Amino acid sequence: MSTPTRPLSPHLQVYRPQLTSVLSITHRATGVALSVGAVLLVLWLAAAAAGPHRLGPLNAFLGSWFGMLLLIGWTWSLFFHLCNGIRHLAWDVGWGFELPQVYATGWTVVIASVALTALAWIAGFAAMGG
Amino acid sequence: MAMRSMIGRVRGLGSAKEGTGHFFVQRLTAVALIPLSLWFVFSLVRLVGVEYGEIKFWASQQINACGLIALVIATFYHAELGLQVVIEDYVHDEGIKFISLVATKLVCAALAIAGIFAVLKLALFGV
Repeated sequence: MSTPTRPLSPHLQVYRPQLTSVLSITHRATGVALSVGAVLLVLWLAAAAAGPHRLGPLNAFLGSWFGMLLLIGWTWSLFFHLCNGIRHLAWDVGWGFELPQVYATGWTVVIASVALTALAWIAGFAAMGG
Repeated sequence: MAMRSMIGRVRGLGSAKEGTGHFFVQRLTAVALIPLSLWFVFSLVRLVGVEYGEIKFWASQQINACGLIALVIATFYHAELGLQVVIEDYVHDEGIKFISLVATKLVCAALAIAGIFAVLKLALFGV
């Protein structure tokens, strides 16, 4: 079969990114990232079940700068997916479809996800210091 | 039924009568994960820097062990449903798509079982 060389309809690259589309793809991307993070959850539980000789090295890695970078990424991904997921659930019951509401809830999700991530890490560092 | 042609019925086209199942369970697990994930992050923050014995003691308490098992089940069920949609959207080769979907289901199931077993071992058995 010969490959058709007919023109394709405009796709993503011709559109200016908007908050709505950016949050939509970010929801999907954070979902995939969290699926990878779920593997770490199982690894951590398995290491904890195996004993301190397994959990110790894993926790040491997670406490390194690279480990913390990953954890910060996953923390934000979790809070973003959580907040935007609640936004999706609101849409599912028919609430929030007006354009001003879509933008208001969208920015709320962005701000809340960053604030909750900061809060969790400040609390974590405070627990470590105190 | 009236809207379908005879040839369409013979070819098995049209509704498989399970269109809302995926949608509904994805929302159900999402709702379950709201309190579970918040509780998990809150618990982890409290467990930062503690000794191993304290982690084991925390995980062996009934409410926490049950919470972890619920978290593992809801997480991998929700992840599988989400990854399925992503694969269906972006993988266009039918063969690769089928293999990816089957692999995703099996890996998610295996990880969920491993996670549940780890929680039970941590909660019920001494090191």
